[in-house]
Amino acid sequence: MNNLDLLTAITVFVLSVLVGIEVISKVPATLHTPLMSGSNSVHGIVVIGAMLIAAESHTWLGYTLAFVAMVFGAMNVVGGYVVTDRMLEMFKSRPATEKPAADTLEKAEV
Amino acid sequence: MDTVSNAVHYIFLAAAACFVMGLHLMNHPRTARRGNTLSAGAMALAIAATVWLIMDENVISSTGWLVLISGGVLGAALGLWAAREVQMTAMPQLVSLFNAVGGGAAALIAVGDLLQTDHPAALGARVSLPGALDIVIGAVTFSGSLIAAGKLQGIVSGAPVVFPGARLLNVLLPASFVAGTAWLVLAPDSQIALYGLVVVALLFGVTMVLPIGGADMPVVISLLNAFTGSAVAMAGFVLDETALIIAGMLVSASGGILTKLMADAMNRSIANIIVGGFGTGDSAPATADTGGAPAQVRSVSADDVAIQLAYASKVIFVPGYGLAAAQAQHELGDLAKTLTDHGVDVSYAVHPVAGRMPGHMNVLLAEANVPYTQLKEMDDVNPEFPQADVALVIGANDVTNPIARRPGNAISGMPILDVDKAKSIVVIKRSMGHGYAGIDNELYTDPKTGMFFTDAKKGLSELKAAVGEFVR
Repeated sequence: MNNLDLLTAITVFVLSVLVGIEVISKVPATLHTPLMSGSNSVHGIVVIGAMLIAAESHTWLGYTLAFVAMVFGAMNVVGGYVVTDRMLEMFKSRPATEKPAADTLEKAEV
Repeated sequence: MDTVSNAVHYIFLAAAACFVMGLHLMNHPRTARRGNTLSAGAMALAIAATVWLIMDENVISSTGWLVLISGGVLGAALGLWAAREVQMTAMPQLVSLFNAVGGGAAALIAVGDLLQTDHPAALGARVSLPGALDIVIGAVTFSGSLIAAGKLQGIVSGAPVVFPGARLLNVLLPASFVAGTAWLVLAPDSQIALYGLVVVALLFGVTMVLPIGGADMPVVISLLNAFTGSAVAMAGFVLDETALIIAGMLVSASGGILTKLMADAMNRSIANIIVGGFGTGDSAPATADTGGAPAQVRSVSADDVAIQLAYASKVIFVPGYGLAAAQAQHELGDLAKTLTDHGVDVSYAVHPVAGRMPGHMNVLLAEANVPYTQLKEMDDVNPEFPQADVALVIGANDVTNPIARRPGNAISGMPILDVDKAKSIVVIKRSMGHGYAGIDNELYTDPKTGMFFTDAKKGLSELKAAVGEFVR
């Protein structure tokens, strides 16, 4: 662990709230559900905490807690991003016809 | 700090920056998907960096690896399955569920960290205070979100569940949070305080959400989302990881803003909603007087409506939760497409609280192939109603009631869609039943309004067929 001093941690805390408010106020109501589900996946970063706890565990209780936290965190991250993508894919500027060419192009790039 | 740890923390910083940019890209439907992909990529990078860090520190036991990998794989599989299988109408439940597990994981991290320190008694308030807060907020979110998901799924009654002493409990439990937190800060090695706090917080999550009605769920989900964010940020304080603090607070800000927007759209304070007892979902006795004699409504048939629609130049659809409940969004999309092809200007007026979570209706319409350019927010669409030849209301009630403009009734001051300003209005509805507020809708007795009494799904398919005849 790095030793983060309290003042730095609180600075990060406060600035993050302000950045969050600034960025999120600009999201249109149309996208509020994907926004919520997307921000939900962002707090899936908690899985990193679960990994760090798993790494330091040396008791059965610790392992159990870490295991449950890992399941929860991984579910949060993977499920959150996948479902957000599923939703956003549906937002089209014109009614979807049969598989537009742009879609195939995008896939080819990946 | 050694080199690897340093490098890993720079990667975390980059990931956090990508989360912010990802959320920023969400400000337009065109770029939103890219934003989500960016955010997901950054998350994958951060996770990979953590694996690198753990390998480098090399204190992990082989059981630890087993736990980490098996837990991760199991969770990922569950998440993937849920995300692939979920119906768009069930999205609020799923988001609640992910909220629950996120909050649960954050709480478990604090419990794990406090239990596993070598000298727990020596822990300063620097760790034990955020630890205690993490446990409280995380556990409240966990049980609260599960109850909310249960209500949305219909497993738990959607009506406000009020039991004797619930109000008292909702005062006593938070008081015990303060006591428990103080205890844990003073004696970080006290397992009684630790477990006590977990139990009390889990209990409070349940008693907080149970009395809240189904119609208030958009507010509750947003609020719980903000809670999870805070819990994750607290976990960041416990573990000394800024990445968790940044990500957590971004989510918290997002949840906070949405909570405020939803509460404003219902013209109610957040405290008022949490105290509960309003969004019953049943028709409570009306208290507002609607002007004496039983008002006349004009009933219309599918053919009447179809003629109006076919000869209109501008039509605004006003979908409400009833549309989603009837699973009729595809029929609406089909009808709209027929009209658009015929040259009618079609748009959708979406009230902020239409649906069971913020923006829910937009997702349902997008799924029904409605282009996002036709989805209009309340403030943008209200000036357009006077030009609309027909406003077709499907499954929306209270948000269209002009009575909200006058003082002295249950929905006074609630922002509404100005449907009554359209040249003519058609309401598709099964009966004259009340909305959540339990009051009569003056729109229905407006001389310009025709009531098309039918099931939304059936009515919309009939309309599409009838319009098809006229425009052929």
